[in-house]
Amino acid sequence: MSMNFEPTSEAEAADIIRQAAAHAVPLAITGGGTRSGLGNSVRAERGLSTRRLSGILSYNPAEMTMSARAGTPMREIEAALAGNRQMLAFEPMDHRGVMGTSGEPTIGGVFAANVSGPRRITAGAARDHLLGIRFINGSGEAIKSGGRVMKNVTGLDLVKLLCGSHGTLGLLTEVTFKVLPLPPAAATIVAFGLDDAQAAAAMAHALAMPVEVSGAAHLTESVRYRFVGTSHPEGAATVLRLEGLPASVAVRAEKLKAAFAQVAPATVLDHEATEKLWRDIRDVKPYADGTQKPLWRVSVAPTAGHQLVAALRLQTGVDAFYDWQGGLVWLRMEADAESEMLRRFIKGIGGGHATLVRASDAVRAATPAFEPEPAPVAALSVRLKEKFDPKGIFNPGKMG
Amino acid sequence: MPETIAFLEPKPSVLARRQQIVEDLADILPPGCLISEKRGLVPFETDAFIAYRQVPLAVALPETTAQVAAVLKYCSRYGIPVVPRGAGTSLSGGAIPQSDAVVIGLSKMSRILDVDFANRTATVQAGVTNINISEAVSADGFFYAPDPSSQLACTIGGNIGMNSGGAHCLKYGVTTNNLLGVKMVLFDGTVIELGGKALDAPGYDLLGLVCGSEGQLGIVTEATVRLLAKPEGSRPVLFGFMSSEEAGSCVAEVIGSGIIPVAIEFMDKPAIGICEAFAQAGYPMDVEALLIVEVEGSEAEMEAMLASIIAIARRHGVATIRESQSAAQAALIWKGRKSAFGATGRIADYICMDGTVPLGQLSYVLKKTSEIIDSYGLRVANVFHAGDGNMHPLILYNINDPEDAARAEAAGNDILKLCVDAGGCLTGEHGVGIEKRDLMLHQFEQVDLNQQMAARAAFDPQWIMNPSKVFPLEGRPAA
Repeated sequence: MSMNFEPTSEAEAADIIRQAAAHAVPLAITGGGTRSGLGNSVRAERGLSTRRLSGILSYNPAEMTMSARAGTPMREIEAALAGNRQMLAFEPMDHRGVMGTSGEPTIGGVFAANVSGPRRITAGAARDHLLGIRFINGSGEAIKSGGRVMKNVTGLDLVKLLCGSHGTLGLLTEVTFKVLPLPPAAATIVAFGLDDAQAAAAMAHALAMPVEVSGAAHLTESVRYRFVGTSHPEGAATVLRLEGLPASVAVRAEKLKAAFAQVAPATVLDHEATEKLWRDIRDVKPYADGTQKPLWRVSVAPTAGHQLVAALRLQTGVDAFYDWQGGLVWLRMEADAESEMLRRFIKGIGGGHATLVRASDAVRAATPAFEPEPAPVAALSVRLKEKFDPKGIFNPGKMG
Repeated sequence: MPETIAFLEPKPSVLARRQQIVEDLADILPPGCLISEKRGLVPFETDAFIAYRQVPLAVALPETTAQVAAVLKYCSRYGIPVVPRGAGTSLSGGAIPQSDAVVIGLSKMSRILDVDFANRTATVQAGVTNINISEAVSADGFFYAPDPSSQLACTIGGNIGMNSGGAHCLKYGVTTNNLLGVKMVLFDGTVIELGGKALDAPGYDLLGLVCGSEGQLGIVTEATVRLLAKPEGSRPVLFGFMSSEEAGSCVAEVIGSGIIPVAIEFMDKPAIGICEAFAQAGYPMDVEALLIVEVEGSEAEMEAMLASIIAIARRHGVATIRESQSAAQAALIWKGRKSAFGATGRIADYICMDGTVPLGQLSYVLKKTSEIIDSYGLRVANVFHAGDGNMHPLILYNINDPEDAARAEAAGNDILKLCVDAGGCLTGEHGVGIEKRDLMLHQFEQVDLNQQMAARAAFDPQWIMNPSKVFPLEGRPAA
């Protein structure tokens, strides 16, 4: 008998959960399993996967919404969207590269982990695009929250609470989300040779301009060749993406390039090169290296990211690059995970948080994957967990 | 007006201790921060949902987070209900007190604490008005995006409580999409901070849960919001149609085509007349329906986008197209729209509905709305955010005629049920408050509400925070 439950209907999933609750059997909740290494390891006897709860339920391109069962593969969602020249504007990362996993990421997994990519700085995170959910709580009850319209403040927003809860509050069975038109044109302005602090200032300046930058990343010298070729000037590459109508993108690219030209040699990448570059940034390509070197995802105020990295470089072996205008730092430690030092330094630069995305099993066992919360907030989280999962059967240990 | 919406029964134990409570609060708060005289309490008896009134036990107007915490700690110790209040502009009765409640008003906490242009954030006290934020950063080329029509008066704390929207949310999102962090006080006086200047926070998305929780999870005292760079230019254009159906289908095609203007606002003929009389904005008076479509960017960008929108509008039989000729006229166009509720209030009393429907259902819901209104022998003016399907029928009635008022309330309930049945929801941006509380079971099953109430109880196990609101009084967990 398989150790994994793979229900094919919401009712079947609810039955399994009711049984598990009655016998206090902990369940490891997964979708496609491509990012199940996120968070602390789960103490569970059985797996419960949404893999067979699959399929797009409704897609109305004119209303820009889609509903799908949680286990629907991302490639199915993306193919349907591409057929109508639409997209998930929050650009969810594919974790398979950095985590060394295989299989099919699911839409439920994307929302359960609130996975958001470079366009987060303007378009919002996964949680900003999730309009409605159905989920099974820890008592085996099917619950709905939200709906399928863009504006909805009817009752408490359990949609946001479940998004990013890593399967610890409920089993998502259906998700309804906003989709957006693919931009008809895109370009990237690349400035070469800026150091981290100069790049932070340049990105802040660009985002203060009325040009609607939709991606702002700084690719440090050690990683830039993994992103942009050797035919360009040397040094780190600071990249700014513009998207929109062709006329807009052309005009804005000129403005931005002119602004940059005062501080560094700059060039413009076309639409095709832009798509590839930002997919690589989204998926953290330089650290999709087949190793178990500790990989941290750090979220801080945009202008603080480079201060953190500078402080760490004095103390330990670390490689890093920046997305989200410098506020999202991808850190690869060369040896130890250094969680204590990292989290102390984050406090020192004004706060934020670090998530351990990848490490060896030994390191993971000794390192809290998520940033510990202040005591009163942690107490609230515990009370909430009890209200959704009174028997504590969903992904025990995963978030704390 | 018949009291058809019930409040919780006042707690006799609280009412009996009124004098003691007032004396204790006077000890907790600095001089000038407590109102307990009847004459002083009357201004707090209702909000913009004026059909219901309840004079509170006392009003606390704290000046600091520590004072908010001290009042809440005291109230939770004695089980005294608390009703948070910003500017009192709620259209759903979210800030209407109850006779055994202490109102905690944030109006004295109105300072902007930090503006950080490099990180594009502003940290403000909860009593800062919505417009104050944009005004404070405008000279440096930034703005705060959510723009409820009441933005001159409404506070950021109230906006967070209701997850407020506004005309320009079509492009920029509502409050929850523009909120990065809060400092808040829990029911027992515990002060917590959620989020900050980073774009996300660890753990459960408590910030997302708090935003729109209508003052039931705690009292927000400070907020960090996202600032955006102002566009190079913006221009509203008026599109007049000879039928609401044509206007509705034009909206659906504009959105479906992949063009997302900053705003698409809809007015029907009664609303056009009311707003034009107030603002003299140059709205065409000979059409049945009007769309205000705003585009932004450089001149060339606005021209390109408008050309596409005009081509679509022509396919839907547009009768009149008027571009604003100057910044002054653009301001008048928006003044007319944003004054719609106030201008309507000059000619009649009204209830403002707030249901949201899928875009494809706009024309159908408009038609059914007018049938419902006719069947009750009432009048309606429609003015709303068409781009995201957020409808605002204003049902006109006479507040001094109890039968008329009852008819208006019944018609409103029918319209909200219509919105839910069309695949939408009861409220897009105004909140449930007391107004829509008893309709919640039309949108949710009891089991859904039970889960929401369980989440609520994780924050406020005593149910003292704004307790008469949001959840139907029947079906609540036993105290």
